[in-house]
Amino acid sequence: MKDVPFHRRKETKLVLRYLIAMVLVIIFVFPIYWLFAISFKTPGEIFSFPPVWYPKSIQFNNYAVLFKDGDAKTVGNSLVLSSVSTFFAMIFGTIAAYSLARFKTGGENLGVWIISQRMMPPVAIAFPIFLFYVWLGWVDTYIGLIILYTAFSLPYVIWMMRGYIEEIPLELEESALIDGCNRWEVLWKVVFPMARSGLFATAVFTFVFSWNDFLFALVLTRTEVTTYTVQVTHYFGGQSNFWSKIAAMSVLGTIPVFITVATLQRYLVRGISMGAVKG
Amino acid sequence: MAAIAHPDRNFKYWLISPAIFLLLLVGLFPLIFSLVVSFMRVTMLETDTSFAGLVNYVQLFHDARLWQSLLHTVLIMIIALPIELLLGLAMAYLFLDHLPGRQLLVSLLVLPTIISPIVAGATWRLLLDNRFGPINQIIGWFAGHPVPALWTVNPGLVYPAIIFCEIWQWTPFMFLILLAALSNVDRSLTEAAEIDGARFWRSFRYVVLPAIFPVMSIAILIRGLDLFRIFDIIWALTAGGPGTMTETISVYTYVQGFKQFESSYTAAIAFLVIALLTVIVTWAIRRMGLAK
Repeated sequence: MKDVPFHRRKETKLVLRYLIAMVLVIIFVFPIYWLFAISFKTPGEIFSFPPVWYPKSIQFNNYAVLFKDGDAKTVGNSLVLSSVSTFFAMIFGTIAAYSLARFKTGGENLGVWIISQRMMPPVAIAFPIFLFYVWLGWVDTYIGLIILYTAFSLPYVIWMMRGYIEEIPLELEESALIDGCNRWEVLWKVVFPMARSGLFATAVFTFVFSWNDFLFALVLTRTEVTTYTVQVTHYFGGQSNFWSKIAAMSVLGTIPVFITVATLQRYLVRGISMGAVKG
Repeated sequence: MAAIAHPDRNFKYWLISPAIFLLLLVGLFPLIFSLVVSFMRVTMLETDTSFAGLVNYVQLFHDARLWQSLLHTVLIMIIALPIELLLGLAMAYLFLDHLPGRQLLVSLLVLPTIISPIVAGATWRLLLDNRFGPINQIIGWFAGHPVPALWTVNPGLVYPAIIFCEIWQWTPFMFLILLAALSNVDRSLTEAAEIDGARFWRSFRYVVLPAIFPVMSIAILIRGLDLFRIFDIIWALTAGGPGTMTETISVYTYVQGFKQFESSYTAAIAFLVIALLTVIVTWAIRRMGLAK
């Protein structure tokens, strides 16, 4: 530490690192900024050359139009589908994970079969599911998509929660059993609270996966349960892209995810790294 | 221990049965259903249920558009994946040590990964517009004259457009995973490396890389699989065009199934894709030493 040149070198290095970091942040955040900016612009500002770098005044006209036309309802649809399916995937997935973690149900094979369900390319199974849903009358229904999203999230939830549950000391569950809890109470009063941070992290990812889905929603919805991702693409094409609508709808659909992730941020990094380690 | 190890006989099955039921319902059952369909002559317009034998599968081999779409998929994958990995790794190193406002900067950098791929595609569609988009304007500053590049129409530019968008959205994912992995590497082993470059490479090669390798390979596997089924970004940017120029295997499957209504043939394509993926994943898992 007495070595002054070395010390100074460290400081220069820090400044340099900071500069690079700022450049990276600008590059990665600019597109998102641009989307937000367009959503507040007037048509005159959107279609001008050279581009207008920031809206002169924040005006909510583009959003108002979406609410007036009823298009904003698609964000509500996404919200219902993602939250309900996350709820069921977390419950069914966690109890299944508990079964795998504690009782080795089905041996290693069952676990592998479950995760292999996740490796299927969505488009390859979308078509069979479409045929199946037509037969059941489930196309364009909430139940159809909720069941699909729940099932599609299960492999991830099961594998993540299995890892978290294996970390819970067995003694805690045993003493709860001895204290007179039945097995369901052990789950409710010991396992769920102990795995809380894991439950949050897994739930956020599950929510975001369903929220971001485009393909299944594109194929399996018509008008009733259209999600916002499908709605965004409705504005594409023809000779005029409805830029203001594309931007405003995208922003509307991005805000709930931002809020969820920001709220539960402290659980996420561990969630990601665990997910990567455990596959 | 005894109480846990010997549950009421059916308890463990009660726990797992809802999950298994759902997976069978929308996972396995439709797959079997479509396997049957792939041996018939069903199109959406006429439901001919006569047995077609291997006709649909033989047709796969004569379908130039199919192989072209596979080629496009692989092309995007082999370009985007290494860039995402290297850039993500470099960024992880940048943020490994203390940096003022590190937490906030990392949160900002991760934003692209949490937005929907369809929104990412839409955003880049707006950014890359030849007349009103800012990208051409910015390139113009450096070029010194206006650059009206037609990103999604010009055959030479459409792949860079897709790959930019893909890299922009998913490099932060690599970055976050690698940052977590690097943070777990024992610093006392690598501290000497901060002094000069030659030692840096040595310590990276012999200390850091082996330590982060397991996490890194899984990140590569996850991204590789995702890139293999790339759909949303392409659909938002080009919808497979111009012509069939940017059709990937997922886009082609979608078009066959839901635009051309070739039910049986689409089912056959789906099984080809599943078979290919199974082979690739098995190979990758072996190769990376992930199999236990």
